[in-house]
Amino acid sequence: MSYLSIRNLSARLKGRPDQILRRVSLEVAAGEVRGLVGESGAGKSMIGKAILGTLPQSVEITGGQIILDGTDLLALPAAQRRTLIGAKCALIPQDPLTALNPSRRIGPQITNRLVDILHWSRADAEKRARDLLAEVQIPDPERVMRSYPHELSGGMRQRILIASAFAAEPKLIIADEPTTALDVTVQKQILKLIAAMQARHGTALLFVTHDLGVVSKVCQSLSVLYAGYVLEDSTIPEFFHAPKHPYSRALLAATPKYTDPDGSLTPVSDAVIAATRAEVEAADRSAHV
Amino acid sequence: MLDGRSAIRRKLPARLVLSATWLTLLTLAAICAPLIAPKDPLAQDLFLGQLPPFWLQGHEPGYLLGTDSLGRDVLSRILYGARLALTVALTAGTITCIIGATMGLLAGFLRGWVDILISRAIDIWMAFPPVLFSILLIAVLGPSLTSIIIAIVVIDWTRFARVIRAEAMTQGAMDYVASAQVAGRTRLSTMVTEILPNVLPTIVVLLTLEMGISIIVEAILSFVNLSISTDDPTWGGMIAEGRASIHQAWWVLVFPLITLFLTVLSFSQLGEGLKDRFDPVLR
Amino acid sequence: MQFLQSVLLRLCTTLITLAGVAVIVFFVIRVVPGNPIAMMLPPGATEADVARLTALYGLDKSIPQQFLIWLSGVVQGDFGTSITTKQPVLQLVLSRLPATLELSVMALIIAIIIGGFMALTGTRLRGSKTEAAIDIGNGMALSVPDFLWGLILILAFGVLIPIFHISGRVTPSLPLPFSTNFYLTESLLRLRFDLWLDIAAHMFMPALALAIPLAAIISQLLKQSLKETMHLDYVTLARTKGYSETHVILREALPNAILPTLTLVGVQFTFLIGGTVIIERLFSYEGLGNMAIDAVINRDLPLIQGIVILFAVIFTGVNLLVDLTYAALNPRLRHA
Ligand SMILES: Nc1ncnc2c1ncn2[C@@H]1O[C@H](COP(=O)(O)OP(=O)(O)OP(=O)(O)O)[C@@H](O)[C@H]1O
Ligand SMILES: [Mg+2]
Repeated sequence: MSYLSIRNLSARLKGRPDQILRRVSLEVAAGEVRGLVGESGAGKSMIGKAILGTLPQSVEITGGQIILDGTDLLALPAAQRRTLIGAKCALIPQDPLTALNPSRRIGPQITNRLVDILHWSRADAEKRARDLLAEVQIPDPERVMRSYPHELSGGMRQRILIASAFAAEPKLIIADEPTTALDVTVQKQILKLIAAMQARHGTALLFVTHDLGVVSKVCQSLSVLYAGYVLEDSTIPEFFHAPKHPYSRALLAATPKYTDPDGSLTPVSDAVIAATRAEVEAADRSAHV
Repeated sequence: MLDGRSAIRRKLPARLVLSATWLTLLTLAAICAPLIAPKDPLAQDLFLGQLPPFWLQGHEPGYLLGTDSLGRDVLSRILYGARLALTVALTAGTITCIIGATMGLLAGFLRGWVDILISRAIDIWMAFPPVLFSILLIAVLGPSLTSIIIAIVVIDWTRFARVIRAEAMTQGAMDYVASAQVAGRTRLSTMVTEILPNVLPTIVVLLTLEMGISIIVEAILSFVNLSISTDDPTWGGMIAEGRASIHQAWWVLVFPLITLFLTVLSFSQLGEGLKDRFDPVLR
Repeated sequence: MQFLQSVLLRLCTTLITLAGVAVIVFFVIRVVPGNPIAMMLPPGATEADVARLTALYGLDKSIPQQFLIWLSGVVQGDFGTSITTKQPVLQLVLSRLPATLELSVMALIIAIIIGGFMALTGTRLRGSKTEAAIDIGNGMALSVPDFLWGLILILAFGVLIPIFHISGRVTPSLPLPFSTNFYLTESLLRLRFDLWLDIAAHMFMPALALAIPLAAIISQLLKQSLKETMHLDYVTLARTKGYSETHVILREALPNAILPTLTLVGVQFTFLIGGTVIIERLFSYEGLGNMAIDAVINRDLPLIQGIVILFAVIFTGVNLLVDLTYAALNPRLRHA
């Protein structure tokens, strides 16, 4: 039984026919790392937001289920759903520079969920925060907890956000391109850190990225999204050795291989894109009958 | 986001239309006051003092909105009061606009010592309590229509100067102005042909708002009994009287107040509506 | 260091502004027609009486000379003597100042409470009918000045539903045990809640009239700024932690959204204080503004001068204070 299972999730812009998600189904088993790839605008972030309940007001869910640990989130009243998500899920955001509240110290930003939502004692929460900061290799956690975000570097802030995500021992973490906003040199360290933390805590991870190279290193399975439609759902070995969908094949050919970073690349051809479009639209039509 | 924007756009005509309608009606009423006013606004009749409006017990036919303590017809006085209010709005508003906008343009476009002088003057003006300043000016100049207009112009030119100065500064920093300069035009002609048309929408909006403000200032001045001669009907004067007899004859306060309220609201809504219309971001 | 420099610079321009106000008001009121001295004397006073009094008030000297004499007095804290009451201007003005200050601060507090509440409600219910209603209300409140709101309040709560006092500062028959003129504050400190209630009930209507336009400005600005903040990543992150929308608005967004509103409220507060002049008149409230209008009507030149200068000091002082608070509250600005 999967920890998270999304079934036939559809979403669109309010009052418009534009589909943002088209009957998306995907599963994340407990402790599993699933990659979510697709071109920009494919709807990757929307899936994450739908799970966490942070969709923009202009977007409405038109059908489907999001089942977290056996409970359908979409069937719950808003308040219950919020506390459930707060207790069982966490987000590692994309941009560490904007994801910390500039007017509050770091310490409370890590401990607030533990104290306010999970009713830990303040002392326990602070001890937990210190341990986690040490675990993500922040020197002098005491001092950092008393700092304001603008006093810290981007890499440090992302470490803090990772620590904060793991604070309540969530069963599922959603990481939405957690390294794109960082320096190339820092990116690798942060990726390693996320992978290590995930392994140590046994947390399931939904990893949103553009980078197939990263996917091959971090993930166990993978969903390929195109225009809000899941084209392929495979394990990593399957995907890299025998991708099922022509679009996936083209995507692979367009990605530099980490074994051979200078090898020749072919961009995804217009023909493949047109064929994929047509397939998505055909699937849409058949779903509406 | 998109929805919000189109909602504003749909609302826009309504408030423009409503306010323009009210102001047009009022202007017509003011012009035709001698024809449509049921009574002589100055005629007193102590036997007919404090008559209630037509739907209340004890009213007299012909006195639609009742009478004040001296037996003068409230409706006729409101109609004649509109003449003074609109005269003040038009003349004071326009003169203030011309002087203030010129100052703002000069300061914002020429910069240098002109700007320093005008900006200092604005700072000093902003440190005066405006109502007190206008009352003081009327006391100095003696109560008359001209004094009211002078007082409004002297006090309110900074409203235009401040905004137009800032706009002229941003416009002056833009490329098209620099290229006009390179083409060998004098600074003053650049100001008139390049900057002025670009700040004109703002000027029109401010002018509309200023007309509403002028009417309020006039009302405040007649309220403290410093407007034109005390007999002539003014909204502010009627309000002052109504305030005094509020517990005996509320209608003496209520009707001029409603008229004043709608008029000021209309000028302001007209200005805001025009602002949305002109604002390129919303267009 | 740079901070200190800019403070000094601000102080200098403030002084220049005040000097400008002093010069203008001094010369404007010398042009007042009507001889205030003649008005003071009983009918049948002789030419010599007039001349004696004119000399006493220094009105026989040339205007620049009068200005210098007045200025040297002001520097020593002597603003001259009121012509109507024959009391020192400074003493008169200071005796009325507390009433106006209490009224203005009360109005500011009411404006912040109403405006803040509207902004928070509008943000919490954004996109709903309630938000649209708040926007329309803001537009109305902004379009109509305090003078008209005052009249409307008088009608509504003085006549229609007479629950508040619409004239005076305190019920005249009440014995007042106060040693300062800060009645509202002092009644609270002396734990005289009966008096406090009476004074507050007198002050509430004029304060509300002054507060309505400012409340609308606060509501509009703060709502705008909150809405922008609500899109930021740290707010979204807080939502995923399980916090309610209300908590997210109050604890995460509000502290960051409030600073831009604060500066504007400072400037608007000076407009509010300027509005006390007519509002005090409207509600027969015995403050500075009411005294000022009487002074103009009575041609009491020294008193007018003193009051205008005092208002200018308050205005520039408030602006200065706001600038300094802003710089102090925003650490990044101070280090820059
Ligand atoms: N606030 C919003 N309101 C309306 N539509 C939106 C909003 N945000 C995104 N969209 C639309 O939803 C679709 C999916 O966007 P999403 O952010 O999920 O893409 P993505 O796959 O995460 O892309 P990227 O890799 O660039 O982050 C896009 O077509 C986008 O235009
Ligand atoms: Mg995204």
